[in-house]
Amino acid sequence: MTVGQLSRQCILAAGLLLALPALADETGPLAVVPKPRAEANPEFGCVRPEEDMRKHHMDYLMVHRDDTLRRGIRTRDFSLAECVNCHITPKPDGQYARFGEKEHFCSSCHTYAAVRIDCFECHRDTPDPEKVRETAQQNPHRGLAADSNHPAGIMPVSATVGEAR
Amino acid sequence: MDKKSNQTDQARRRFFGQVAAVASLTVAPGVILQQVAHARSPEEPASDKNRWGILINTNKCAEGCDACVTACQDEYGWGPNGPETRSSDLQKAQWIRKVKLTDKQTGHVQTLPLMCQHCEHPPCVDVCPTGASMKRADGIVLVDKHICIGCRYCMMACPYKARSFIHEELHDQKVNAPRGKGTVESCTLCVQRVDAGRQPACVEACPEQAMIFGDLKDPESAISRELRENGGEQIRADLGLNTGIRYQGL
Ligand code: HEC
Ligand code: HEC
Ligand code: HEC
Repeated sequence: MTVGQLSRQCILAAGLLLALPALADETGPLAVVPKPRAEANPEFGCVRPEEDMRKHHMDYLMVHRDDTLRRGIRTRDFSLAECVNCHITPKPDGQYARFGEKEHFCSSCHTYAAVRIDCFECHRDTPDPEKVRETAQQNPHRGLAADSNHPAGIMPVSATVGEAR
Repeated sequence: MDKKSNQTDQARRRFFGQVAAVASLTVAPGVILQQVAHARSPEEPASDKNRWGILINTNKCAEGCDACVTACQDEYGWGPNGPETRSSDLQKAQWIRKVKLTDKQTGHVQTLPLMCQHCEHPPCVDVCPTGASMKRADGIVLVDKHICIGCRYCMMACPYKARSFIHEELHDQKVNAPRGKGTVESCTLCVQRVDAGRQPACVEACPEQAMIFGDLKDPESAISRELRENGGEQIRADLGLNTGIRYQGL
């Protein structure tokens, strides 16, 4: 195992640890991973089983971005816009947490595990306010597919987790 | 002043005349167009069976009208109301712009929208050192900002000055247009709209219907028929780039 692989394992282990809420009380200041606002799938919550997402979300995202940009494949599952639309943290002032604040889903673990990503230098770090607020009740899973003209249409959401806005 | 508006009026009248004349004919082809432009399923990649293009009739393009430019700005969040606050006007994004041509001899004024011409042989792709500048299978020329290093060779290689560079950090981008400091960008032919079977925003916004969007490889598409019947030129055809954007009345 190279040093790179070793450190990757360590970081992953850290990432996995913080996902265990039971540990949080006993071991002090672990990152709090914010609750998403909706479930993609009644069986496993996220677009893939949670354990799988914790370990492999970066790989899925990287493959999907090339598929979308270079080949024009616009499926929803690993769309970054869709992650951001489900995994949001509403704040008391009516705004959403921004990337960089530890309440932002994609900052929560990364701050803890010292992972730095540049995605939100370009990508929007909060859901599109117009799109989210007007139709959140009908479909909390907004994003690319929020566009009713989009062939992907609207993904059925069985239950709404967290605060629906 | 009066002369100019007169000319525009005449152009309008001519245009409405034409519309009236072809209205009955276009009903059926309109239906065909709908079918052709039907969206691929989301998991299906873009294919080289299509080549997307726009035909712009400069005779219908009114001086002083910038509906196509503002539509693009609204759609993608660039321009005067965009997030760039510290860049100079020369530095700011310019995905599409109106260009005015004056014939010095006759004084005849023409305007036209100019943007990425979506070349079949794009010089920007040739010079890119990372492969960020790319042409999709269906002929749409894009910047893959994920691997763009901001060297700006492509900006210099482009004969149409169609690309711009982002000079400052941005926030609150549009969901459909991720944009960030240090990368080059240009017209995407509204790629995410095209993937969904829709028309580019500029085409939709033109009040004179001066722009026709469609598949150049489909002989029955409105754009191919119009090109076949009435022709259309490329800007700088001498460069042999085979552009996807064509103009009439230059
Ligand atoms: C339809 C809503 C939805 C979408 C879209 C979505 N997720 Fe999730 N995600 C969930 C739910 C529900 C969970 C379960 C976690 C919970 O309930 O706290 C989850 C869990 C996760 C976890 C584990 C969090 C933890 O507590 O350890 C990660 C990592 C994750 N998602 C990443 C992503 C990424 C990356 C994307 C985009 C590719 C994405 N999710 C898209 C709903 C969604
Ligand atoms: C320099 C700007 C820039 C950066 C940085 C960037 N992207 Fe993108 N990304 C884009 C652009 C432009 C698109 C094309 C959008 C389209 O065609 O819909 C895109 C599209 C995508 C898509 C497909 C569309 C979607 O929402 O699913 C994914 C996935 C994606 N990027 C992931 C990432 C990830 C992960 C990172 C960080 C590792 C990242 N991007 C960083 C500019 C950027
Ligand atoms: C459950 C904790 C957790 C959450 C939540 C989380 N990540 Fe991660 N992410 C990690 C860990 C840990 C790594 C580092 C793994 C490694 O280095 O192999 C990582 C790495 C990444 C990488 C690769 C970074 C690189 O330089 O290789 C990307 C891209 C990424 N995450 C995107 C996201 C996005 C986007 C979100 C929000 C939708 C998100 N992550 C949410 C734990 C998380």
